[in-house]
Amino acid sequence: MAKPTSPAGKAKLQTVTAASNVATPEQMLQFYKDMLLIRRFEEKAGQLYGMGLIGGFCHLYIGQEAVVTGVQSVLEPKDSVITAYRDHGHMLACGMDPKGVMAELTGRSGGYSKGKGGSMHMFSREKNFYGGHGIVGATAPLGIGLAFAHKYRGDGGITTAYYGDGAANQGQIYESYNMASLWKLPIIFIIENNKYGMGTSQKRHAAGDFLKRAEGFGIPGEKTDGMDVLAVRSAALKVAEHVRSGKGPMVLEVSTYRYRGHSMSDPGKYRSKEEVEDMREHHDPIEHIRKAILDGGKMTEDAFKPIDKEIKTIVNDAAEFAQASPEPDPSELWTDVLL
Amino acid sequence: MSIQILMPALSPTMTEGKLSKWVKKEGDAVKAGQVIAEIETDKATMEVEAVDEGVIGKILVPEGTEGVAVNTPIAVLLEEGEDAAEVSSAAPVEVASSPCSMPAPSQISCPPQAAPPSHAPVQTAVDIDEEKFFKNVQTMTVREALRDAMAEEMRRDGDVFVMGEEVAEYQGAYKVTQGLLQEFGDKRIIDTPITEYGFAGLGVGAAFAGLKPIVEFMTFNFAMQAIDHIVNSAAKTLYMAGGQLGCPIVFRGPNGPASRVGAQHSQCYASWYGHVPGLKVIAPWSGADAKGLLKAAIRDPNPVVCLENEIMYGQSFDVPTDPEFVIPLGRAKIERAGTDVTITAFSRMVGVALAAAEKLAEEGISAEVINLRTIRPLDVETIANSVRKTNRLVSVEEGWHFAGMGAELAAQMMEVCFDDLDAPVVRVYGADVPMPYAANLEKLAMPHEEDIITAAKKVAYAA
Repeated sequence: MAKPTSPAGKAKLQTVTAASNVATPEQMLQFYKDMLLIRRFEEKAGQLYGMGLIGGFCHLYIGQEAVVTGVQSVLEPKDSVITAYRDHGHMLACGMDPKGVMAELTGRSGGYSKGKGGSMHMFSREKNFYGGHGIVGATAPLGIGLAFAHKYRGDGGITTAYYGDGAANQGQIYESYNMASLWKLPIIFIIENNKYGMGTSQKRHAAGDFLKRAEGFGIPGEKTDGMDVLAVRSAALKVAEHVRSGKGPMVLEVSTYRYRGHSMSDPGKYRSKEEVEDMREHHDPIEHIRKAILDGGKMTEDAFKPIDKEIKTIVNDAAEFAQASPEPDPSELWTDVLL
Repeated sequence: MSIQILMPALSPTMTEGKLSKWVKKEGDAVKAGQVIAEIETDKATMEVEAVDEGVIGKILVPEGTEGVAVNTPIAVLLEEGEDAAEVSSAAPVEVASSPCSMPAPSQISCPPQAAPPSHAPVQTAVDIDEEKFFKNVQTMTVREALRDAMAEEMRRDGDVFVMGEEVAEYQGAYKVTQGLLQEFGDKRIIDTPITEYGFAGLGVGAAFAGLKPIVEFMTFNFAMQAIDHIVNSAAKTLYMAGGQLGCPIVFRGPNGPASRVGAQHSQCYASWYGHVPGLKVIAPWSGADAKGLLKAAIRDPNPVVCLENEIMYGQSFDVPTDPEFVIPLGRAKIERAGTDVTITAFSRMVGVALAAAEKLAEEGISAEVINLRTIRPLDVETIANSVRKTNRLVSVEEGWHFAGMGAELAAQMMEVCFDDLDAPVVRVYGADVPMPYAANLEKLAMPHEEDIITAAKKVAYAA
């Protein structure tokens, strides 16, 4: 059934020479599709939440699509990915089936975790996607564990561990920096800095500079514009090359913005409407790549229509599947506690 | 086709809300993501965003309407080329005054109390003929038995590695890992910084990836800093992943009171970890226990917490030499058979209970002493069978009694063999205070042989 064609998550690493030429026109179009899929998927998830079909917590990735799309575009299939609770976009970027993700959101047996994990807890061994974790900051030590396994086995793989600017204040991040640097573990710590740790702005929650904190552990860092997928890809190429060559960890701080609330029940009183509107109108990552593609002159406005329609179909199919898939059998309550 | 915009649920608890404001009017074009209305939920005023692109064809619920139930159509969105007139006969608005019909799918079909198989814990363990293994033994300390268990399993499986504070060059803070660095090198015997939260998480991540870490905590008191990863990351992930992602890891180290080390170094965590589904918990007493249980833990595909005891490290026992001496997890061992009273104990208290049983025998009371060996899954079957014979139970633990192992045993016995009990279960436990330092107070805080004898006589009505 409809699945995104060749998801960016496992796109083959391209040799590039300059930041201005980090992607081919085909790749740029793929990034557009990948980001649009995340956007439409999340909008649909928001809608299903509104209908009561998704319960509990649901953290949407809308606005941040370029981060995971750009980073995942430089990874290889053997690499591992781990993230926190705003995770739907990462799953799609890793090439996980939108139907399985949406069905997990609705708590159905067709979900990646048979409906037992929910929005924050999905995994795919096949895609080396290790969750989906609800404890803020946990992805750093778990991530260095995945990186440790790559190094232990000598398989050449690297790990990308995502967390937010809020999580960057957790102590376990720095415990992880220390060990990752000491043991030269192949990991990219990715700070998705969307400027707010829930409802507390960075200037109210974080002293100093995130990359300087890493510097103290001897870990080099890069900053990039997370509203521009090509900038993210360019930075990720550089960082991944460093990490894959055995030089140890790096931190990639990606400046981004979440349009929606922290979770579904966020009234958004901690930031102005103008601020959100400005980001949406003037810095949207999907519009940005769309414009870049149009400027390239190889595609017309009309050529986007079938793509938009294709994405809409994928998302609608996922939503239908997520509603049609049965709830888990009651006997599932007792399974998967132990192996 | 036109699309009905429904009153959304904007919090996990919202069933209805006030449609306080329409930001868009009939005839306005909207794009996906644009704010179309404001709604007051049970928690806050929230914005409603359009999911689809189109033109607002008709507003079905005027602004200011209160008590609009979730999922009520509030507007009709026209797609390209549609006409508002076609939808003017849209369904009338229902304003809910009673709880809405928001679906609450799984609540009804499977209530939490639905027949848990709690009295039939997974007993996949195959019993072994322990006597057979004891034909060839070597006398060694518990410390050496633990070390040999790790060394044998590391020779057997290249994915097994040991990490923790001072496990390598220092040769183990309590010398448990003595000699392992020399045999296996620093790739597999890894000194960590003093960073329990971090290296416990690292171990769990490595286990997700299929390695088999043995994470040593210098003591389980320090594992308090890491309990988040033991419980939230190691124990719960298999379930949260619908069975996809296991976590074959062992967390081990000394647990419970040592001697004169004060309150922060003298706590028993058996009931803490025993509480958690998704974990297995073992508490070896003898050298054979230590070797056989730890080997089983390393081979087990689940996260296992191994609660050792510092005072036991230096005690010597006969330990089978066969590398296939692996004690099944989930099985208790009857260390001494008896007929009048059942005494359960784990870790160091097994030895104390055996000494008490000896004294009781001199007074004509025949005590059956059960070494729990595994805290979770608890071998309720063996304990209950013993109680069915003796009709009395004394539970012994070094930890606190409130919500402790004795409390659990008392409840389990009431549930499975209430009619066999001829006396209330009696608990022997550590005093309900932080462990004092002063020698006399510490002695008062710990359970002793005499306490067990007194308890046994009490349940046997022989006091």
